[in-house]
Parts: sequence; structure tokens; C-alpha cells
Amino acid sequence: MISFDFTEEQQMLVDSVRRYAEREMRKSIHDMDEARQLPDGLIDKGWELGLIPSSIPEEYDGFGEHSAITGVLYAEELAWGDVSATLALLAPNLVSIPVLEYGTAEQKESLLPKFCDDEFFCATSALVEPSITFDPYNLKTKAINEDGHYILNGNKVYVPLADTANYVLVYANEDGKTQGFLVEKDTTGLQIVAREHNMGLGALPTYKVNLENCKLPATAKIGGEEGLNFERLHAYSNVALAAMAVGQAKASYEYAVEYAKDRQAFGEAIAQRQSIAFMLADMATEIDGTRLMVWETAWKLDQGENASQEATLVRRYASDMVLTVTDGSVQTLGGHGYIRDHPVEMWLRNGRGFAIFDGIAIV
Amino acid sequence: MIDFSLPDNIKEQNQRLFMVASHFMRPIAREMDDKEHTKPWDFINMTWQVTSSQMKRRVKRLEKELAGEEVDKSGGNSFGTRGYMPLIYMIEMLSWGDAGIYLCLPTAALAGSAIDAVGTLEQKNRFLPRFSKGKPKWGAMAITEPHAGSDTSAIRTTATLDHETNEWILNGEKSFVTSGLMAAKDSDGILVVWATIDASAGRRGIKSFVIEANTPGMEVLKLEKKHGIRVSDTATIKLENCRIPYENILGNPEVQDKKEKKGFQGAMRTFDASRPLVAASAIGIGRAALEFTKEALEKEGITIRYNAPKHVLTSIERDFMDMEANLKAAWLLTLKATWMMDQRLPNTIESSMAKVKAGKAVTLVTQKAVELLGPLGYSCDDLIEKWMRDGKINDLYEGTGQINTLVVARRILGYDRNQLK
Repeated sequence: MISFDFTEEQQMLVDSVRRYAEREMRKSIHDMDEARQLPDGLIDKGWELGLIPSSIPEEYDGFGEHSAITGVLYAEELAWGDVSATLALLAPNLVSIPVLEYGTAEQKESLLPKFCDDEFFCATSALVEPSITFDPYNLKTKAINEDGHYILNGNKVYVPLADTANYVLVYANEDGKTQGFLVEKDTTGLQIVAREHNMGLGALPTYKVNLENCKLPATAKIGGEEGLNFERLHAYSNVALAAMAVGQAKASYEYAVEYAKDRQAFGEAIAQRQSIAFMLADMATEIDGTRLMVWETAWKLDQGENASQEATLVRRYASDMVLTVTDGSVQTLGGHGYIRDHPVEMWLRNGRGFAIFDGIAIV
Repeated sequence: MIDFSLPDNIKEQNQRLFMVASHFMRPIAREMDDKEHTKPWDFINMTWQVTSSQMKRRVKRLEKELAGEEVDKSGGNSFGTRGYMPLIYMIEMLSWGDAGIYLCLPTAALAGSAIDAVGTLEQKNRFLPRFSKGKPKWGAMAITEPHAGSDTSAIRTTATLDHETNEWILNGEKSFVTSGLMAAKDSDGILVVWATIDASAGRRGIKSFVIEANTPGMEVLKLEKKHGIRVSDTATIKLENCRIPYENILGNPEVQDKKEKKGFQGAMRTFDASRPLVAASAIGIGRAALEFTKEALEKEGITIRYNAPKHVLTSIERDFMDMEANLKAAWLLTLKATWMMDQRLPNTIESSMAKVKAGKAVTLVTQKAVELLGPLGYSCDDLIEKWMRDGKINDLYEGTGQINTLVVARRILGYDRNQLK
């Protein structure tokens, strides 16, 4: 039966995440971007929301079930607060969800409880490669099976929190298929090369990571011999990023609305002119439409359906939308939108990134 | 709980209407477009069986209510379906069949929506039962005038009360009346007309009136020759000393107090219900074009590679995915606006958003489809060019895309009509 209502649990979750985004994230967005550093305690406070344990079943010390629809609801709220901090806070999902969905019994038992502790358990993954011909379904990073071991070679970028991660889930090409390999920190051949400096996501430490003859035991491969279903994980990631794009766009749109109603020109608020008002109305419409596509795709995934096409579509659509909206917000503020005192310029820098970030979040 | 699964009644309805659309609409779509204004009587007689019997159930409930009995008021509407959700699925599927022929469906249509929105129980019982029996009948809504479209305050058609006979006398000219010929002349239907009872009062003086077909003084002057939806008649109707009973006025017969805006807003509320219906029709046309394009590409060995990386995607694949995503966003906005309608939640913003987005999406999808398909798309041998012509109306009627954007803009900014013109 078609419905757009939240469950009571979802409403409570969304409310508490929104409170965190509003009270904790928002106050630091400017300074953390300038300092290129997450403020002390921000992630720990976010961890108290229990978002990641809430998707892990009780038998592994969590208190819930994995649900994409719940995931996209909290991802949007968090991203409304700040995208950099959101990606840091949710980085452990990059390991916990692939393990939960495709891990062997041993992998689940040994790894999942680590994500249910009271303290933030840092983990991350490496998918994107530094090439304009990057193709997640045909990776240049290779995994070769040699005498019961895997040898990984290749270069990765956009690896969030790589320097502090206990595990890096490296995606590599094994016989033409994308598979995931769990690399523990300090493994020989795992090189955390350098912190990146990108146009946006200033506060999120992301790293270039190289794999040079990185030798792993056979047990490092997620799901053992059978491996994982990358297409499906990619769909979970695409809806997560699309949801965050919606959150980012909403933040920017709201700021533009407030500004346009306040800013006077020619004797009235600029929002009273159709050229501004219509741009804002279009933004609102596109944000809503994209959100509904995110929900529908997440709902399909939760039904166990193959929603890979839908996830690609919504990710593409959301990436375009967030660029249009964040750009429109800068445009609404005019010259002021270009000044770093207002957050819209940062949001435009973040917004452009959604077409490029791949696999750096998952719900 | 967020849920996109279809209830069984809509699934069954979809299957049934898919058969109707593919067997009784598609095969005659081209011919009807060529003949313009010739009615698809087989389709009309067949669908009348369904729409009139659905209406019978509605009328029974209205009769009971009039007799003072307790009835379940949820969901009935003038198209005969229970709730708006099955209705938008119906319109989407029939428009996938053919949007022009869908518009010929014999129902109370927007006249019924207006009576639903502001009519009294007595009026509903007077005007709606005709749509449940006898020969096929149509309802139509007459708002636009030659010099006044979306600016309804400029309406010049007058309604003057003759105190001696207790009749309203209507004078003026109405244009762009969808199914106006069928409603006013060629069936025992009804026309809902917007007219002013006090020209100096602007919007506050505008009321809606029900005129029964073939009332003396009402004349169909001409039928428009249009870009698309040619089978549907779009009439110009002249009212010259057209007398109707006092009781045919819908809503409050007084000029509204300046502070009290409810009367006009009541009339405007009709649009909250009708705009998602237009959106659904747009999406049905868009889906037809999208599916045809996909099949035509597949025949040439071109499949859309959703997971291909950027440097490999062709421009056709990118275009196609954009078309698909836009249509999907529009459809989901329509579903939400409709769901809110059925939940009796205020949905002015959502309903206008859906209409704006669907109008844009169908325009994009059908125009792109003609482009992608090349000579095949432009040729009258197939229906793609027709879908492009049919689709465009959805960005124009029930308020142009711009007017609906204005509705959204005012609401999100909290402005009234003077603050945002």
C-alpha cells in the first residue's frame, strides 16, 4: 500500500539525528572546512546516535537490522548538517555493511561486534582510482590468487580516514570481477601515501592509498570463495550518496530562501522577484523529487529486489540536482555567495563532488 | 511506513486497463488524431459501462447521506473511483494508450471535481446521478475567457440575479473548454462556469455556476484546431442571457468579505485535486514514448548500459537515462501529492510541484524521443511525433508550468499574491 509516512522508530531516529546535525555539526561547518580538520568530539558525539549498531543484528552485539530506507533517512539529515563530518561518521559502514551482507560466518563473528562498541571504531574502504577512465566494474587494481594468498597491486584515492582506520576494505579486480579484500592497518604493502587536498570536503581527511604487492591471507576476501555482489553494494552506496546530495541541497536551498527574503533591492526583498522566486521553487521541487527517488530505490533494495538501475539513475539525477541547487544558492546570494563567510560557496564545492565520489558512503 | 507496493485493486486495474489501452486505444490513435473532433464512440460506449457503474455506487452513498444515514465518505470522487490513488493509475495507463482518447472518457470530470469541492449535498444529488445512468455524458469546466487565462480576476462573464424569477442570468464568452461540446450540447451533461456577481469586487466576486446541457442562451461557437489531443474537443461557448436556477450557484452566494478569502480559495482547491491528474496523464504519454524509444533502440542492438563508466557512455545512453530519471521524479511527486489528497492533508505545494515537474518531464521526454529516433520519430507512420504534440498540453492546461511555479514559490516563501506577483 503506497505510503509516505515514517514509522515511529524512523521518526524518532530522524528527529535525534536532526538535533545532532543542527546543534553539533552546524556550529562548526565554517571553521572545520577552513582548518581542514574535524572538531574534537564531533564524531564521538555522533557515534552516540548508534546509527551503525542499529543496522547490525543482536547476535553480533548490535540492536537492529540493515535497512536501506532507514539509512537514507539518516544520511539525508546528517548531510544537511555537514557532508564531511557525515562521511567520517559513517565511514565504518563501508566495512560493516559489506561484511554484514556478504561476509563469511567467521568474518561476521570476528568483525561485526567491533562496530557495536561504545567508541567509534574506525574503518574505511578504497574503491576510486586516480584515472578519468575509472570503472568500478573493471578496476585497475588487481587481486591475484597465489598459493592460497591474495596479492594486491594498484592505486586508490578518496579513502576517508585511511590514516586512522583499523581496516581498509580494498576493492580490486579478481578475474574481471570486483571483489572486496579486508586489509588490516600496518599490513605490508598498504601505503597511506598522502592526505588529499580537494575542492570540497575540506574537513574530511581523505587519502591516496597505494597497494604494492600487498599480501593477504585467503580469509581477507569478503565472502570467501563466493565473494560479494558488488553491483548490489554499489546500489547501496549510490542511494546513500544520493540521499546525502539531497541533504546537502536542502541545506543550501534553505539558506538561499532565508537570504532572498531578507535581502532588499529596489525597495523589496529579492525573493519577491520571479527570477529568484522561480529558481527557489524549482530547487524545492527537484529536492523533493530526488528524495522520493531515493526512497523508492532504497525501498526496493529492502524488498530484496535488484534495484541497480534505479540506484544508478537516482545517483546521476541527484548529482546533477545538487549541483544545480548549490549553484543556484550561490547565485541567489550574488557576490555574497562567493564569499566564504557564507556557507553556500562551500556547499557548491561539496555539491560538485557528488558526481565524482564513488563508493565513499554506504547505508 | 514508507511503502511503494501497489494494492491488489490497483494491480488488477492496471492489467485491465493495459488491455483496454493496447487493444482499444492504440489501434485507433492515429486515425482519431487525423479525423480531429470525430468521437471514438466504441471506446466511449465501452468505458461508459465502467464509469457509470462506478458512479452508481457513489450516487447510492450520496442518496443515503441525503436521507440522513451514516455513510463512509472517504475517497469518493466525480470520476467514480474510490480514492484518488486508483484514479491517477487509471489516467496514467489510459494516457499511455492515448491521451486524446482518454480525455473523451465520459465522466463528470472537472465539473464533478468542482461540485465535489464546493457543492452542497443537495447539489451533488442533483447534478451527479446523471453520470450513473442512461447514455454517456460529460462534465466540463469553463474558466478561461478569450482575454483571461490564469489571471482569473480578469474574468468578465457576469451572473446577475433576477429577483423576480430567482434565476441567475449569465452573459459572456468562455474558451478552451475541454469536452465543452459534449458537456454543453451533445450529451445531457453539465458545465461549471466561473462568472462574477460583482465586477468591482475582483476575485471576491467570482463564483462558479452549474449550467445543464442545452440550456437556452448557451451556444457552442467553435471547436479549436490544436497542436495535439485533437480528438478531444476544446470549445468556445457563448452565454447570452442564459438563465439558470438560483440553486445552481456553487458555494456561498455572497461577495466575499475582504478579509475572508475562503470562497475563492475553495474554488482554487479544485486544482489541488485536478493537477495531479494532469500530471498523471503527462506521465502516461512520457512512458509510452520512453518505452517505444527503448524498444526501437534495442532493435538496433543498442541497450542502455546503466553501469557503464562515464567515458564509455554514449550520448544516447545519457539522454535516455535523463529522460527516465525525470519521468520517475515526476511520477513520484504525483504519487505523493495524490497520497496526501487521499489522506486529506493540504497538498497545494505538492500538487503544483507534481504538475510543473510532469509538464516539463513529458515535454523533455517526448521531444528527446523524436530527436533520438530521427526519421522514425518525426514520421507520422508511428505515434512518437503525436506523443510529442499530445504531451505538450500538460505544461499548458490546469495552469501553465509558470503559473504552477508561482503557486509553489508563493507557498514556500510565505508570500501572498501582492508580495509575489
